[in-house]
Amino acid sequence: MGSGALFIAVFLACMVEAVEALTIVLAAGTSRDWRSAIMGVLAGVVALALIVAALGPALTAVPLGGLRLVVGGLLLIFGLQWLRKAILRASGLKALHDEEAIFRTQVAEASAAQADRRGVIGDWYAFTLSFKGVVLEGLEVAFIALTFGANQGDIPLAAFAAIAAVLIVAAVGIAVRAPLARVPENTMKMVVGVMLTSFGIFWAAEGAGAQWPGADAALLVVIPSVAVFALLLVVALRRRSTRSTGKGPLATRASR
Amino acid sequence: MITRLKAFLAFWYDFVVGDDWRVAVGVIIALALTYLVGTTSVPAWWVLPAAVVVLLPLTLWRVVRGQSSAPPTDGK
Repeated sequence: MGSGALFIAVFLACMVEAVEALTIVLAAGTSRDWRSAIMGVLAGVVALALIVAALGPALTAVPLGGLRLVVGGLLLIFGLQWLRKAILRASGLKALHDEEAIFRTQVAEASAAQADRRGVIGDWYAFTLSFKGVVLEGLEVAFIALTFGANQGDIPLAAFAAIAAVLIVAAVGIAVRAPLARVPENTMKMVVGVMLTSFGIFWAAEGAGAQWPGADAALLVVIPSVAVFALLLVVALRRRSTRSTGKGPLATRASR
Repeated sequence: MITRLKAFLAFWYDFVVGDDWRVAVGVIIALALTYLVGTTSVPAWWVLPAAVVVLLPLTLWRVVRGQSSAPPTDGK
């Protein structure tokens, strides 16, 4: 249960963020300069690896009780943020994340920017766009992978799940050379939100001194309960949206 | 320098707290309540699930209420 949940949560979270980072890198590469964009990706990956290398051993050194309280609380806050957005999108109250529209916007912005060479970087704009895309999208996933892994005592599995997701997205991205618009991002975000919220509840409560009935088996109740609650909120918001407009969900797809 | 520091702090605030600071505050209050209840003979495991049952609809309701007079939002 624990290892499977760890793998699913990290893999899906990483895949969602990798899809979003891929869109930015593709925009930087196709509209500006592939060499600079790829250097930006490599620099971003190195920066993330340094963060993980620094935080990983530090997290494993923290006593489990304190780790679960702080990390569980943070995961719960993250999970509620992911769930909030996924529920709003699933109920039509927030526009869906549209990778193709984001790609078009990024290309338009990148094409209008001035060319600027700095050192070995042929196109500084393409480099920084790719670098920021990788680091900003990857930072939350790195945190999720590290904290899940540390709490479950299996950082290597979390790292494997994260690397597997990135490699799959990168391979598909190289093959199709287009934003991965057909990936069911919101469904994946909903699953990640449910997992983060559930494990956040479980670990933070334990860290604060609570004892769960049935110990780890309580997760078998917590995870489905959070999922059902989220789906009920989607249904309630959809009904409200339909009643208020008389047509159906308000939002369509977002360009960002 | 000050601008960069502000941007740095704003990034971490957005990273940790997110769109609705009330959720973060609610979680911290619920954690404190869990600790306090845990020091008594009453089981404390139910506090955080109860907090989620209250916080998630509340944060959604704030968006819904705000949208009733505004166009659909987008964003990440």
